[in-house]
Amino acid sequence: MLTILFDGIAYGMLLFVLACGLAVTLGLMNFVNLAHGAFAMAGGYVTAVSMNRYGVPFLATLPLAFAVPALLGLALERTLYVWVYSRSHLDQVLFSIGLVFMAVAAVDYFMGSQQQLIQLPSWLQGRVEILGIQVGLYRSFIIVVCGVLVLGLQLILTRSRFGSRLRAAVDDPRVARGLGINVSAVFAATFAVGSGLAGLGGALGAEILGLDPTFPLKFMIYFLIVVTVGGTTSITGPFLASLLLGIADVAGKYYVPSFGGFVIYTLMIVVLVLRPQGLFARAR
Amino acid sequence: MAPPALETVAAALTRKGRWKIGEIVFWLVAFASLFFLPERHLLLNEIAIIGLFAVSLDLILGYAGIVSLGHAAFFGVGAYVAGLTAKHLTGEPLAGLLAAAAAATLLGFVTSFLVLRGADLTRLMVTLGVALVLGEIANQASWLTGGADGLQGIALDPILGTFEFDIFGTTAYAYSLTVLFVLFILARLIVVSPFGLSLRSIRDNSLRARAIGIPVHRRLIAIYMIAAAYAGVAGALLAQTTQFVSLDVLAFHRSADVLLVLVIGGVGYLYGGLVGAVVFKLLQDFLSGLTPQYWQFWIGLVLVVLVLAGRERLTEGARGLWTRPRARQGGSPEPVPTTPMRET
Amino acid sequence: MVAALETIGLQKRFGGLTATDNVSFRLEMGARHALIGPNGAGKTTFINLLTGILPPSAGRILLEGADITRLSPEARVRRGLARTFQINQLFPAMTPLETLGLAVSERLGGGWDWWRVIGTKREIVDEIVEIARRFRLLDVLDERTANLAYGKQRLLEIAAAFACRPRVLLLDEPAAGVPEAERHELLETVATLPRDVSVLLIEHDMDLVFSFADRISVLVNGALFTEGSVQEVSTDPRVQAVYLGESVDE
Repeated sequence: MLTILFDGIAYGMLLFVLACGLAVTLGLMNFVNLAHGAFAMAGGYVTAVSMNRYGVPFLATLPLAFAVPALLGLALERTLYVWVYSRSHLDQVLFSIGLVFMAVAAVDYFMGSQQQLIQLPSWLQGRVEILGIQVGLYRSFIIVVCGVLVLGLQLILTRSRFGSRLRAAVDDPRVARGLGINVSAVFAATFAVGSGLAGLGGALGAEILGLDPTFPLKFMIYFLIVVTVGGTTSITGPFLASLLLGIADVAGKYYVPSFGGFVIYTLMIVVLVLRPQGLFARAR
Repeated sequence: MAPPALETVAAALTRKGRWKIGEIVFWLVAFASLFFLPERHLLLNEIAIIGLFAVSLDLILGYAGIVSLGHAAFFGVGAYVAGLTAKHLTGEPLAGLLAAAAAATLLGFVTSFLVLRGADLTRLMVTLGVALVLGEIANQASWLTGGADGLQGIALDPILGTFEFDIFGTTAYAYSLTVLFVLFILARLIVVSPFGLSLRSIRDNSLRARAIGIPVHRRLIAIYMIAAAYAGVAGALLAQTTQFVSLDVLAFHRSADVLLVLVIGGVGYLYGGLVGAVVFKLLQDFLSGLTPQYWQFWIGLVLVVLVLAGRERLTEGARGLWTRPRARQGGSPEPVPTTPMRET
Repeated sequence: MVAALETIGLQKRFGGLTATDNVSFRLEMGARHALIGPNGAGKTTFINLLTGILPPSAGRILLEGADITRLSPEARVRRGLARTFQINQLFPAMTPLETLGLAVSERLGGGWDWWRVIGTKREIVDEIVEIARRFRLLDVLDERTANLAYGKQRLLEIAAAFACRPRVLLLDEPAAGVPEAERHELLETVATLPRDVSVLLIEHDMDLVFSFADRISVLVNGALFTEGSVQEVSTDPRVQAVYLGESVDE
């Protein structure tokens, strides 16, 4: 059972890294970006292609898996997304769905529709027994990396000047602008970092979640669940929500295999009915 | 009481209810195509079905302001129920339609409580979630639905005892078109009635609507159920005319596609769904000829361009079919954010 | 005698903040009653409590003797309690004709009427014309609300509430933001409201208060500070002290 808990935590932390960019974008710009998963997919493909075609070692691909989607995100944000910020939610939804469709079809065209397989380095394969629990090495790696990322994010958010600018902009963009904070630069930087993190998550998760052109659509609902259950006003909210969902999903699929897939959806519906603003958000 | 004022007031109000030339022409052409384009009847049948589906979405999106990413839930349920009815109960097509409408309405009623809580994003999530749950159920319950292989062996009796389904799709098209026409007339009546006006007021400013004494919640539940029924019938038509139901009827892309169809045609004036269906299908036909597998890319591009260019400008021409240009000048049928009240 | 509107010990707390403090208030039948108070006194909160937008923390609200504390906003409207908003809350894409028509037909029970085209019922049309005449909207009936002059919009705001044929009408700063040129029309319209409607007026504009009201209540920090006839309150030194530094004419 503890193995399941462990796997669930790994899954949850992975979900968090994937989804946190979406949470911040939504909280900051009130923008519903359904195309977020496309950046995750991009990162995954960067790793897959680097490893399989160019023989780049796994660890070395990870910074690339962050950088490429980040730059892509920055470019798209400055050129396309800016025009849609002030539009209605319907327009934003249509816009981002359009982008996803384009991304999915493009990747299918260039890369083919088969699953991308990644050969993990040997030191990350296999299991080890610690204190009587079967612990997967790769999942431990994920937990460590994601943990570091989470801590890093929290530190940046609370200790750095950028972090305080970001928090001010999330709280009230008009007032932040009035204080001289360059809100559009904050938007751009945040979007880029969020997309980069998604890419990194996609790369890390390729082994566990699978990677093919339909990735953004398959996992879109998971990211949205993390964001709605966790709320958008903090980092801890989505973090806890991701853990909760990760554990629930893994446990559900293990204990009740035929209904495992429902656990997440049912949980989401229950949470949204009881607390529409999310489990962990402070009431706005 | 000056007679002129009264007459103009009454006239102004009833103007909306009167049929415009454009509408009459539209339906004449639609029914004429039964006789004049025999080789396109299969395509026209699909257009009629998607059109009905899009009109049902317009009822909640254009008239009640509810953004749904999971409208396919009702479509899919309607399709499966109609298919199962034909397979296990009776081949009578109208019975299948009724069963599908009933099932979809029930689902609409149950989910309306979930959907009407919370703001836009929550609504998106819930509608999406419901459709996904149903998709998962359909997948798991393969003993009932045929799972990934789809529901097969749907055989239908001739309509009204005389019209048999043929391979050219003529009967199918006539059937779908008639159902579409009847339901459309009904929807049109609803929309120009006091009930329809109250829906529009809820969409425009629900706070004020409440302050006039309108039971907002109950009205929204009512229209949600009606829209669900319409979508269910559309799904049933698909099941009956193609005699096959696959998991695809509940897929996300179906919800996304119908949203696109409605947006192309224009939200909030009822004919948008039909216009959009025609454009969408013709576009799909054309683009599939170019790049068969990757037509999703072009759809995505159309969506992006549509949003960036501004949807209202593109559909102004089509709107002239029905509404007076003056009353609709730049009118955006999306929920207008209500001005918050200041504390004194 | 039964009051048109009455609150008994009405309270509203937001966490540690008490916005409405044990307010026991009476609006007599046919009254022209003004509620004044400095900014932040809680006047709009009070109106929101009366109309049901906010649930009270304690206390009761009675409309013509009947307890409406638990009723939803729309139910209170149907019982005869209507309000206007300080910032116009209208239907931008609809015309005044449609707005009034909606209010009237809702009241006459036609809200669920889905098979009839609006405008075919004679009595509704008659009433729309009558209300439009009273509120000087006859000439702009068919314009989109968003295109109307602010003064006309404000008149529509009151007309829409009036179309519900309320027994009690709550006017939240009706003159707010209305340009000088259009004020006169507005004030005259408010002054000629029929006497079978009891009116509670929230206002900062003292000219309007003095010309319109019979009685004045003063709300300070969420509590009823004092109450009396126009003469009594306007000469009360304590009231003047409370308003010291406040500009009474906006």
